[in-house]
Parts: sequence; structure tokens; C-alpha cells
Amino acid sequence: MASGKIITRRVAILGGFAGAGWLVVNADKLTLDSDFARVFRAVEDWTKTAQRGLLYPERLAREYSPSDISPFFKPNGTYNPGTPEYNSHAMRNFANWRLKIDGAVEKPLSLSLAELRRLPRRTQITKHDCVEGWTAIGMWTGVPVGLLLKAAGLKPGARYAVFHCADNLTGEPAKGGEQSPGQYYESIDLTDAFHPQTILAYGFNGKNLDVPHGAPLRLRVERQLGYKQAKYVERIQIVDSFASIAGGQGGYWEDRGYEWYAGI
Amino acid sequence: MAAVSDKSSKNWLARAWAAAFAPIKEPKGFYRHRALVRLTHWVNALCILFLLGSGLNIFNAHPRLYWGLYGTDADPSFFSLSAIDTPNGPQGITQIGPWNFNTTGVLGWSQVDGEFQARGWPSWLTIPSFQDLADARHWHFMFAWILVFNGLAYLIYSLWARHLQRDIWPTRTDIRAIPRSILDHIKLKHPTGDAARRYNVLQKLAYLGVITLIVLMVLTGLTMSPAFNAVVPWLLDVFGGRQSARSIHFISACLIVLFVIVHLVEVVLAGPINEIRSMLTGDYRIPQDSSSKDHS
Repeated sequence: MASGKIITRRVAILGGFAGAGWLVVNADKLTLDSDFARVFRAVEDWTKTAQRGLLYPERLAREYSPSDISPFFKPNGTYNPGTPEYNSHAMRNFANWRLKIDGAVEKPLSLSLAELRRLPRRTQITKHDCVEGWTAIGMWTGVPVGLLLKAAGLKPGARYAVFHCADNLTGEPAKGGEQSPGQYYESIDLTDAFHPQTILAYGFNGKNLDVPHGAPLRLRVERQLGYKQAKYVERIQIVDSFASIAGGQGGYWEDRGYEWYAGI
Repeated sequence: MAAVSDKSSKNWLARAWAAAFAPIKEPKGFYRHRALVRLTHWVNALCILFLLGSGLNIFNAHPRLYWGLYGTDADPSFFSLSAIDTPNGPQGITQIGPWNFNTTGVLGWSQVDGEFQARGWPSWLTIPSFQDLADARHWHFMFAWILVFNGLAYLIYSLWARHLQRDIWPTRTDIRAIPRSILDHIKLKHPTGDAARRYNVLQKLAYLGVITLIVLMVLTGLTMSPAFNAVVPWLLDVFGGRQSARSIHFISACLIVLFVIVHLVEVVLAGPINEIRSMLTGDYRIPQDSSSKDHS
């Protein structure tokens, strides 16, 4: 009998178990390892590819009926940006708030809330799924982001819309690291930016958007998780890459280890 | 233990291939598990381990379960793990329906590196051991994909090779034998001779059950994905809303843990060496009547 070959199978079995055991024992270390993070990144890309392959660009998120609205819609992250500038805007009901649209656009825009309210609007009752696991259902009214981007005119090479926010947040650490405050921001690609349900909301549950939920403007991108729904939006920057913005990962939580593609 | 000796002298891969697809040649023992079934079994076991560990870490980010379309802190939960302040210091509380249990030290309030902290599941159960939602999700989705591909390989092979239909799907005779099989299990009586070549009916039902649970895990997992909701919105209706889907995901995971415990106990009771060998090499020695029982 060919012992060499039997050893090959034994080696394969033992090797497999040794590898699995090593993985279990070193799970913590691998979590913190920056090289291993590339494996996670590859999985995220694969998830995005698989979900986007299924998601026809226009596929809508489910819309609910008014009776489904949560009695309590949990605000999360920043409850009030609280800066002197923001406070003075809040005192004047955001009458002087401007939304700037700039970057890779033909015609940079600066719009007041009153101007935004005169544009075509969309109202949708959708569920908000936090990455932590909870869900709340609310009604949002706002102006489609695609409409604003069309008005500004995208330049060739435009790939992402980056939403800059007025709040500075101290988030929980990822990878067991230090908590690090930072200006909140988020980014989506043009597929999501031009999706009909992607709106900048100024109305919430039939009233003006309140401060805990992101007054005066908050992004709704309904096929992704809660951390994508940037609050207190003051600027949309169109870019071909977000690598040079803040931590370079495309968003506040992305810079702290979360997936840029938050479809799951 | 050298039951592999009379296999062909081709290389390992070719032999594994032949083992998986060629008709069974019976050596001394009985060729119980085909190579593909063995391989997918162990990959599945590793996936379950990582999915449970990372799942509990994810659970800790919001250690409350709800029923229905929505659920946040202000909504009533039917299960929760929390820490509360009492005159005697903080306590870990496990809430199940209307009942609260003090589970200080294990659930709700437990030690991490010698220091107590508010924590749903304790650090020795979670992957990673420290609280980290972002990376727990990374582990979870990585092994979820492996589980899906591994499970598909198993299911397609098992249907094609009629393993599911022939070995696992209960027959009418099996169903009639359920009471006797229950009695056999209570008496810890394990089949010998020819009967040991087949799974008993409770075993078949347990394997079918765990396959169903894994499918349910994948479906409820996908139902928690807002992007997937846009593709297959009716899954939300099937499970009664996203929070119900999340709760079913958790309950199914608990049932899988229950399966694993029973499975391991049965392996030990039925003769661990013979059972484990059969899942490693395929060779299973038929236990004879108690007088001549082979203890391997």
C-alpha cells in the first residue's frame, strides 16, 4: 500500500483541523490585523456585487401605510449638533440655512429651505434599519436628490455624492480602538443618488423635520442601513473619489470600520 | 483503523473523487459518508461556530428582541439582556416575556479582562471577544457566504446522489416506528447489525430539522437586509416584519445550538471513535449485537 498517499489524506484532514483551530484561537488578533481587513473588504465587495446584481437600479424599497408608523422613532447618533452656528439657525427655524451643491458639477448651487420646498417633493413611509438591529418606521417628505443633481449638472467623471453634515459626533470605537470625534459625513454612488426614493427630507411624520431627527435636511437612501441616512446636511459635494475626504472610507462610520455599502 | 488500505492507489484527490461518486465498495466496515458530505459537514461546523460567535457580538449592539414590523428601545421586547443599577451595585438582567432573572456575571453584566461591563452575552461567547459591531459583522457575512456556498454544494450533491431522498427523508415505515425509536433513545439503545446501516427515524428528523433551520437562518438573515427587502419584499410578509425576522433568526440559532448539543451527546453515546472516524474517512464499523460489540 502506498503510505505516502495515505499520509497525504491524513495531512489534509489534520491540516484542515489545525487551520480551523488556528482561526478560532486567533479570531481576536485577526480582527485587529490590517492585512486581514482586506479579506473582509473583499467579502463586502462581493456582497455589494451580489446585491447590486439583484437590485435593478429602480427597484423600490417597500412603502408602508400610515398605520404602520412607529409610535416612537428612535433618534441615534447626534441628537443636537449644538454648535453656536447651528443653534442660531435653529432659533430662526433654519430660514437662513443653505444647501450647497458643488464639486464636479457644471453649475454649483446654493439653495435655501424655502427654495427646496418649492421643488417637486416626494413623501414616503419607509422603515429605517439601524446597523445595531432595531427598526423604526416613519414618513419622510423631501426633494429627490436626483433632481438637485440634474439641476446642478454633473461633470464627466462624477461618481459619488458626498453629504457633509453640521454635527460632530464621538462614535463608539471600532477594532477596540479609541473613540474619535469627527464631522459626520456620508457618501453614496450615483445609482443610489438618482434612485427615486433617495430624497433630502425636510418633513417627518407630517411636520417639519425636528432637531433630533436631523433638521433641517436629512438624507434618505432607503435601501441601506441607518448610518447612511446623514442628518443636518449642509453640502452635497460631487466627487470622482472620496479617498481624500476625512478618513478616506466614504463616511463617518466607514472611517470607523463599517461597510461603505450598507445594504445588509 | 487502517481501513483505507484496499482503496485504489490513485492520488488523494482522484480517490476522494471516486469515493464521492463511485459505487460503494465495502471493506470490513461500511462506507457511510461520501467525501463531499464529510467535507461539507466540517466546513459547516466551522461556519456555525463563527456565525454563532459573531452573531452574539452583533446581538450585543442591541440586546433586545421584538415581534412585528418595528422595534426600538421604547417598544416592548419579549427578550432582552440589560444591566441595571441597584443599591447593591449593577446587576445583569435577563428578561423573557414578563419574567426577569438576575444573571449577573454571565448575561447583561459580565467581566471583560477582569473588569465588569454592561454586555448582553459574555466575552467568552462572542467573536471577537471584545465588543465590536463593525468587525463582528465582517466575520458574520464572511462565514455566511461560506455557509451558503457550502450548503448549496451539499444540497445539490445530496439531491443528485439521492442521499437526501434515500438516507434522510423518512419512509412510511419510519414514521410508524417513531414511538419505538423514542423508546430506544430513552433506553440509550443503539442499533446494531443491518439496522445500523440506516439512520433511525429521530436521527432523520433531526438532520432534516437542522437543514431546515439553516435555510431559515439564511432567509431570515437576508430579510434583515434593506437592499434585499427591495428585491424580495414578500419575505418581510412571510416572517411578519423585519423585527420578527430578526427574532426568528435568533430563535433558529438557539435551536441549532440545541441540535449541536444533542448531536454531540449522541456521538459520544454511540461510540465516539467509530462515529468521528466515519465522518473523517467514511468508514463505519457496523456495531454487532451487544455480545460482540466492537468498541474500536
